[in-house]
Amino acid sequence: MITKNEIKQSFFLSIWTIILTFPLMVVKVNTIKNIVIFRWWNILYVAVGAFFASLAWNYFLRRKNEGKKTKDSIPVVHRLLQNHKFRLPFLATIGVIALIYPFVTPMYHTSIMISALVYVVLGLGLNIVVGLAGLLDLGYVFFYAIGAYAYALLNLHYGVSFWVVLPLSALLGALFGTLLGYPVLRLRGDYLAIVTLGFGEIIRIVLENWVDFSNGPRGIGNIPGPSSFGIELNQHQSVIYIYFIIITICLVTIFFVQRLENSRIGRAWIALRDDEIACQAMGIDKTKTKLTAFALGATWAGLAGVIFAAKTSYINPMSFTIWESITILCVVVIGGMGSAIGVIAGALVLILLPEYLRAVAEYRMLVFGALQVIVMVFKPEGLIEAVRKTYKYEKNKE
Amino acid sequence: MEPILNVKNLTMKFGGLTALDSIDISIKQGEIAALIGPNGAGKTTFFNCITSIYEPTEGNIQITPPGQPTESLNGLKPNIVTEKGLARTFQNIRLFHGMTVLENVMIGRHCRLNSGILGAMLQPKSQQREEQKAVDDSYKILEKIGLDQYVNEMAINLPYGAQRRLEIARALATDPFLLLLDEPAAGMNPQETKELDDLIIWLRDNENVSILLIEHDMKLVMSLSDNIHVVDYGKKIAEGTADEIKNNPLVIKAYLGDDAEDA
Ligand SMILES: Nc1ncnc2c1ncn2[C@@H]1O[C@H](COP(=O)(O)OP(=O)(O)OP(=O)(O)O)[C@@H](O)[C@H]1O
Ligand SMILES: [Mg+2]
Repeated sequence: MITKNEIKQSFFLSIWTIILTFPLMVVKVNTIKNIVIFRWWNILYVAVGAFFASLAWNYFLRRKNEGKKTKDSIPVVHRLLQNHKFRLPFLATIGVIALIYPFVTPMYHTSIMISALVYVVLGLGLNIVVGLAGLLDLGYVFFYAIGAYAYALLNLHYGVSFWVVLPLSALLGALFGTLLGYPVLRLRGDYLAIVTLGFGEIIRIVLENWVDFSNGPRGIGNIPGPSSFGIELNQHQSVIYIYFIIITICLVTIFFVQRLENSRIGRAWIALRDDEIACQAMGIDKTKTKLTAFALGATWAGLAGVIFAAKTSYINPMSFTIWESITILCVVVIGGMGSAIGVIAGALVLILLPEYLRAVAEYRMLVFGALQVIVMVFKPEGLIEAVRKTYKYEKNKE
Repeated sequence: MEPILNVKNLTMKFGGLTALDSIDISIKQGEIAALIGPNGAGKTTFFNCITSIYEPTEGNIQITPPGQPTESLNGLKPNIVTEKGLARTFQNIRLFHGMTVLENVMIGRHCRLNSGILGAMLQPKSQQREEQKAVDDSYKILEKIGLDQYVNEMAINLPYGAQRRLEIARALATDPFLLLLDEPAAGMNPQETKELDDLIIWLRDNENVSILLIEHDMKLVMSLSDNIHVVDYGKKIAEGTADEIKNNPLVIKAYLGDDAEDA
């Protein structure tokens, strides 16, 4: 079980944590009365907490390393989906839950679910760039902003309807994906991350300062929801309406992304990610492959942006900060790079959890960071790891 | 007949280091040729230059694919060189670890397939047929190379010798007329080396490819090669059949060092 050495280690760690957190947890300065309060009892909490956290960490790490020797197993979800007996009931259950969800839960929950589903689309899009093609893109919010502002502005100035902008935003996303892909073609890894990070910030700064164009930091309000072809909807009904639109878009995204992943192009992306030199030497055009990854990733962000604008009915540049990019990246990394199912799970967990655990919402980034570390140590492939398709070839084709 | 690969005056400099110094090498159709030389002689650099991974400082690289006109490879992108029919393996194995064995070979088929983004998303009949054909072709290649037992395994889980063979399978999938093998026997046991020997001859006789291999295993080189090129410090010092090379004083000196003369 737990060794003496581990207990000793945990003991010293807890002492170290006490010292480290002393100024934060124990000392409290009351600036009004000019006195210093020492909350000594906090030492106890910190000590006990650190001690047991360290024990648990060591225990699980050891179990994980022991487990590694056994044959690597396929995630449960994949086994369910591969098994013909369970596949249909499993998908049907999820379908039914998705169908009745907005009718049996209060509007608030539906609304939160819509946000989470927007992140599913964003996550699946970024998964193409980061998870499949291995291009670390920290400026993904750029395309999200393009979609949102495209709808807000086109609607404001020309009264263009939601249903027209939706496909248009996908095209715009792809176009800007290609345009931004060009200058970063030669970059990889950290350098690519830094430059794309810059792009992500540029869009926010432009939107904030080009007041004539974007209305600046005041943002754009009164963005109409999706037009419902003449039928009057009250507020609750229109939330349900958007819910079903985003569900449909999610399904479409999953459908296409899955097909891309297992196609000639999808394989080229993975080859590029795994080994750039070998990929080229095997006859794959690096430039084309990178650009298609950027373009097809950005397409979904454009779509998601329109939904976001229609749902919140108000957007301003603050909705498109670097944190947004990082949240989406967390969805992909924690969910499972290159794994569509993982990304869906990641989006639901990372977006829904903070909404329901209001207490930790303020520490959202802290929790993300901790989660990130835990996932990286215990499950580096993410919550649900990617499983490659097994093809049917002549010999086993009956 | 025109040589299928004709390299003239190839020079590659890395800053002050001349890794290749005016190398001339030509390969004939249907030949198994070897490129040998001590460590650091510039053999891998030669491969990197003719496959456009590096841009050579100087020199001409010409190919004459069987039944086709002569053309120059200078300045082409690596993927175009592969499309023209030169395929290679790597000294330090470079497989795609995130893919299955079959998919690795399918990557080799990539440049012979056409389906694009819309094809992948909409999957019309023509695209499905092409995809299925790619799967079947790739499987057949794995059968030929003797890797069919691993089809759906992840490439990274293969034993070492099988990984080297998978590199050959992947290169073969690009439909080359010349295969460039960089130390294919490195790290193999004698049994695996024997199988590799058979495989290389089989490839030449049945797949209509010529072969240029870099190898340190002299037994393998001597038994396989029709023609051997020797480089040392970036310079070509000899060319000839196994017997000629074995008895060439320059080659012996290069391998054993200057002491060989005094002894
Ligand atoms: N990208 C590079 N930059 C700088 N120097 C290089 C580069 N690639 C190769 N070299 C140098 O060129 C020389 C030849 O290297 P090369 O890898 O071609 O040798 P080799 O004949 O393949 O040796 P080995 O038998 O050990 O594989 C070496 O001195 C090496 O350090
Ligand atoms: Mg070498």
